[in-house]
Amino acid sequence: MAEVILEQLSKSFGKKHAVIDMSMTIDDGSFVVLLGPTGAGKTTTLRLISGLEKNDKGTISIDGRVVNNETPAQRDVAMVFQQYSLYPHLSVRENLSFPLRSPILKTSKADIVAKVAEVADILQISHKLDNRATELSGGEMQRVSIGRALVRDPAIYLMDEPLSSLDARLRADLRIELKRIHSELGATLLYVTHDQTEAMTMATHVGVLQEGRLVQFGTPREIYEAPASEYVASRLGSPRINLLPAELFNLSDGLTQTIGLRPEHVKFGEGQAASVKRIEHLGDHTRLHLDLNGHAITVLSPSGNPFSAGTSVNIQPLNPLCFDKDGQRIIRDSA
Amino acid sequence: MSYSVTDPSKRQKFIAGTLVILYALITMVPLVWIMMTSFKTPPDSISYPPKVFYQPSLEGYVNLFTTRTRVSAEKLASLPPPENFAEEIVRSRNMVIAGPSKFGGRFLNSVIIGFGSTFLSIFLGTLAAYAFSRFKIPLADDLLFFILSTRMMPPIAVAIPIFLMYRQLGLSDTHVGMILLYTAVNISLAVWLLKGFIDEIPREYEEAALIDGYTRFQAFYKVVLPQAATGIASTAIFCLIFAWNEYAFAVLLTSGTAQTAPPFIPTIIGVGGLDWPAIAAGATLFLLPVMIFTVLLRKHLLRGITFGAVRK
Repeated sequence: MAEVILEQLSKSFGKKHAVIDMSMTIDDGSFVVLLGPTGAGKTTTLRLISGLEKNDKGTISIDGRVVNNETPAQRDVAMVFQQYSLYPHLSVRENLSFPLRSPILKTSKADIVAKVAEVADILQISHKLDNRATELSGGEMQRVSIGRALVRDPAIYLMDEPLSSLDARLRADLRIELKRIHSELGATLLYVTHDQTEAMTMATHVGVLQEGRLVQFGTPREIYEAPASEYVASRLGSPRINLLPAELFNLSDGLTQTIGLRPEHVKFGEGQAASVKRIEHLGDHTRLHLDLNGHAITVLSPSGNPFSAGTSVNIQPLNPLCFDKDGQRIIRDSA
Repeated sequence: MSYSVTDPSKRQKFIAGTLVILYALITMVPLVWIMMTSFKTPPDSISYPPKVFYQPSLEGYVNLFTTRTRVSAEKLASLPPPENFAEEIVRSRNMVIAGPSKFGGRFLNSVIIGFGSTFLSIFLGTLAAYAFSRFKIPLADDLLFFILSTRMMPPIAVAIPIFLMYRQLGLSDTHVGMILLYTAVNISLAVWLLKGFIDEIPREYEEAALIDGYTRFQAFYKVVLPQAATGIASTAIFCLIFAWNEYAFAVLLTSGTAQTAPPFIPTIIGVGGLDWPAIAAGATLFLLPVMIFTVLLRKHLLRGITFGAVRK
């Protein structure tokens, strides 16, 4: 395991700038999640670190060594792909031992057998070892492809949306599994996703990407509670943060253009009157869809939801986030 | 019992099956006729009406592999008893075996040139197709079109320049010359077919192998090649069939050392009248290698000719 440092990394494909001036330190043993929509440069960042793409500018160092000119094999990284990750002509056992048999690792036969058995056990695929890769279900395939990374002891594990093609339940199981692997092995992971739940539940640090730039890097809590901009604020949180004009609640102070209101940051019974449009009962909590002067607002209802559709309710923002006209957050000393 | 509306009914299946079998029978009649003729005696082979039931004989095969000379009755009587069935058959026609014919050598030439050029076409075609499929090559589309354009006229149209070039280079009537020629004709087919197959293999597999610690060539060899097996097999069959059956260039450029079976078989006609059973025997034996090769690669061929249109 090792520390990975990116310094002013840039990469463009033709006229398209995929990654712009990115600097980031991935500490030894951390679980960093890169979050952003499609096209934000998440996958390109992974491919630059793995060596599948060459960076135009900047440096990448792994374990204190600049690897800009090294081949993927020399960089000692393991990668889990979003799909097409298993060699279809090989059995599960052969897939798992493939990296160990590479000319770089040249593991002994006995070690391969032991390592493959160990990883198969962790991922609960021991009974499938002699199946062809193509005979597995989606979840099993993805477990095997994570396993192919785990058999090695690389400087860093790179994961490119490894769970996105799985159904919700498997995703939840594998999330816990990955988190456990991370804490047990003390591995360094860089994980790319557009799923905020994965980011919130697994990451020690989250990096939010916007059009090739790293716009904020911090713990999931920091990102959630103190987002740097409207963009970052709207990436985390479900339902999404409500972005409303400041004058709606007479909060305009000359600087603040927009306020960000998390669904739970609402005080009921005072402030402005809003009409209840729809109610969503989700079992453990209830969401209210409100309309305030033509602005849709989604809030979390207090326990025992006293409201019903068609009625009116007074709401007042509680610790709203303030953003200026460029969407940057205004940080006040008092806050 | 199937209830899907897209499944054919029993009646439809029966009609379709009958039509396919009928068509197969019709196309197989000439083949069966040639095989039957190869086991007839020369008189049976030209009898009218044609004989469908007859006493099978190996005379055609004996004649195919031997040269014979006619001898007088006294000479024949003075010989020791025949050592094998071949001598027996030949003597019954008042002849003795003078030596082996050229057929064995010509057949071997066909094998060397056919399989040699197929191997070379596939080897070069796979490497070129991989490069076109994976690397950024300047003017790749133009190069591919250029490669295809080599097949836009019949190869025989350039027979005279090739004849002159080969004479100048000393390639006339050599195995190397014929292998190069057939490879040149087949390479465009090989590159285009194989590029299609390799395009279908997701790059992620190779990228995974690169990260797993392998070099690009090792990734190609261990990951791409096994997955392209279907495409390689079906392309190989197409290449072999062309090289194996090619007649015009073989007539033009070979006469002895490197002569293949196709120009040789008709020359049997000239030896002592029309020896139809021997010609039929030559044609039958000539069919076998391609048939065996095709049967061996059959399961790949079936998936191959759909050009990966349906991916599992």
